[in-house]
Amino acid sequence: MAETGPWKLLLRGGTVVDGDGLRPADVLVEAGAVAAVGPDLPVDGAVVLDCGGCWVGPGLVDLHTHLRQPGREEAETVETGSRAAALGGFTTVVAMPNTTPPIDSAAVVREVLALGATALCTIEVSGAITVGRAGERLAPMAELARLGVRMFTDDGTGVQDGRLMRRALEYARPLGVVLAQHCEDEALAAGGVMHEGAWSSRMGVPGQPAEAEEVMVMRDLALARLTGATVHFQHLSTAGSVELVRRAKAAGLPVTCEATPHHLTLTDEACQGYDTVFRVNPPLRPAADRDAVRAGLLDGTIDAVATDHAPHDQEAKERPFDQAPPGMLGLETAMALTLGGLGLADDPQRLFALLSWQPAAVLGLAAAAGSVAAGAPADLCVVDPDERWVVDPRRLASRSRNTPYAGRELQGRVRHTIHRGEPVVIDQEAQR
Amino acid sequence: MTAHLLCVDDLGRDGVEAVLKLTDSMVEVGRRDIPKVPALRGRTVVSLFYEDSTRTRLSFETAAKRLSADTMSFSVSTSAVQKGESLRDTVLTIEAMGIDALVVRHASSGVPWQLAAWLAGSGVSVVNAGDGWHEHPTQALLDAYTIRGEHKAGSLEGLRIAVVGDVKHSRVARSNVFCFAMLGASVTLVGPPTLLPASLEGWPCEVAHDLDEVVGEVDVCYLLRLQQERMTEALVPSLREYAATYGLDLARAQRLPAGALVMHPGPMNRGVEIAPEVADLPSAVITRQVANGVAVRMAVLFHLLTATAEREVRLDG
Repeated sequence: MAETGPWKLLLRGGTVVDGDGLRPADVLVEAGAVAAVGPDLPVDGAVVLDCGGCWVGPGLVDLHTHLRQPGREEAETVETGSRAAALGGFTTVVAMPNTTPPIDSAAVVREVLALGATALCTIEVSGAITVGRAGERLAPMAELARLGVRMFTDDGTGVQDGRLMRRALEYARPLGVVLAQHCEDEALAAGGVMHEGAWSSRMGVPGQPAEAEEVMVMRDLALARLTGATVHFQHLSTAGSVELVRRAKAAGLPVTCEATPHHLTLTDEACQGYDTVFRVNPPLRPAADRDAVRAGLLDGTIDAVATDHAPHDQEAKERPFDQAPPGMLGLETAMALTLGGLGLADDPQRLFALLSWQPAAVLGLAAAAGSVAAGAPADLCVVDPDERWVVDPRRLASRSRNTPYAGRELQGRVRHTIHRGEPVVIDQEAQR
Repeated sequence: MTAHLLCVDDLGRDGVEAVLKLTDSMVEVGRRDIPKVPALRGRTVVSLFYEDSTRTRLSFETAAKRLSADTMSFSVSTSAVQKGESLRDTVLTIEAMGIDALVVRHASSGVPWQLAAWLAGSGVSVVNAGDGWHEHPTQALLDAYTIRGEHKAGSLEGLRIAVVGDVKHSRVARSNVFCFAMLGASVTLVGPPTLLPASLEGWPCEVAHDLDEVVGEVDVCYLLRLQQERMTEALVPSLREYAATYGLDLARAQRLPAGALVMHPGPMNRGVEIAPEVADLPSAVITRQVANGVAVRMAVLFHLLTATAEREVRLDG
């Protein structure tokens, strides 16, 4: 598959949504770029994609995707994950490094980049902060950065040792990369498998308190102040974390953060039937935390919605609740959940900001421009905000089925996705 | 809908009363020369124990046999589980043999709920014989039955019951609090904050941290087992300190009101949560609890399986 295909596409009849606002316009795509934006553009041999009643925005960017390859191909591959991403409107995803082996060396970075070359979206490869994600020695960040790695994280675990995290931040500062933290103090979390509160207490399930997350947010804010380096907080889930970041940003600290669609839509009450599909890390929290995450996304404290798409094969999820691996699918439902969870039907610009150009800005990608205009790269996402659909796990493109939204009716669906000028999704069907 | 017993709430107050009433009949059966009735002849009851348990497993198996059910016992050490078979595959394999009830014990909270979901539509009743820290409903039922039989009030209505010790990690405590409260008792949890659940929102009970303040005003003092590993988790400083602060020693036992009962789900750590001489007092009804266990489990199996049978007959007709 060539980098830029031969496609000439006319996205007709939609409302263009980008950083400049909203305007009814057709979008002509040619040679991998937006060729023209305007009313009633001539077809002139282009393939016409109907966008009537739809928003036509920049392609979505996911800062947090587990593609599982190499090592856990029974759960997901770069190909299947990128197909799920495309169906969800994503044109760029950041592959997390907790693979087997982990992405902590040039060889594994090259392998994932090679797999990503033919994927249905752009695969940004993230690297581990520490060798083996073991939290003991720094991974070769400069070497990996030269291969194109823009984000480093030990995601799945946080870097427990404050001194090591300080050194990582200092060392990475001149590399122009982002250090992203999975905020979980393991001593305080103490192996808890859901949020510690009324539900965990009643259910007799070991819980982890909100403070296990907040303590590490506090520490890393202090380290950001100490080192001057930027820290990105992954999947923030508690009211306390959101408030800490709000104050840190007000004080001018260089921090960014993300939240997941599930933390803004679900609460720990969902765990009450011991269905392991609701087991996730950080865990689902009470309604007050969910509301704080929503508020943080709406007031700009939280920069991005990121999916933490975490496929697990069925057998793994059929273990007892405390033994099943944490994680849930996210790519194919993120748009609808963000739209519905934040009530953004009347504010598509904010919706696309949270899912597209703001996450792009966290990584310093060109898509941070948030522009659908002549000359922009043709990474586009077309959303029908009115379509209602029921999530059917069997019809998802992911290799795994662990969506917590099975059977739920959602509103808003990605209709077409254009990646580098190629129509990878047309009318909700992946084209390859 | 297949009848399960996953937690005491599944029965509701009427169900609990029905089971306790049935238990009277089962106690009577147990006193006969041949303590056996054909109530569940042709039915198969399987016990599936993923965690060591002597008394609960034997108690269920004895109960099933006294009702003339066929019994199968499945324990982890001798099973395909050690060959890596998944929980779901194991359960569906057993179900395929044609069984009526599955009595399950597992170290993880919630496993009986997962089994019930996988067995939906199969007609198999799941009986929770203890899941993790969560529930142990037949223990609560036998404890309630024991209190009714042994306390002079003859009922739990208005009784003051202290549940003392490691509530946080105790399935017995969780089932008992809700069962005792359902039957009208006022329950007080007593223990250091480290051994109480992080949240007691929605729990029908009071909390106290000083056993000496409570012990003079309770009708039942229910002691929980303290697991040795709690020391390594920094939950209590030492067994010695725990025994001195929360153990029921003779001095404290002598302050219990006249007629008050001392109870323990077993196995006891004599000298830790209960002093050896207290365990042997007449007011300590710990062996009564064990004896009642068989009758209560007979009542539970009969209640669940005959209810199902009646529905089948109705469907056939």
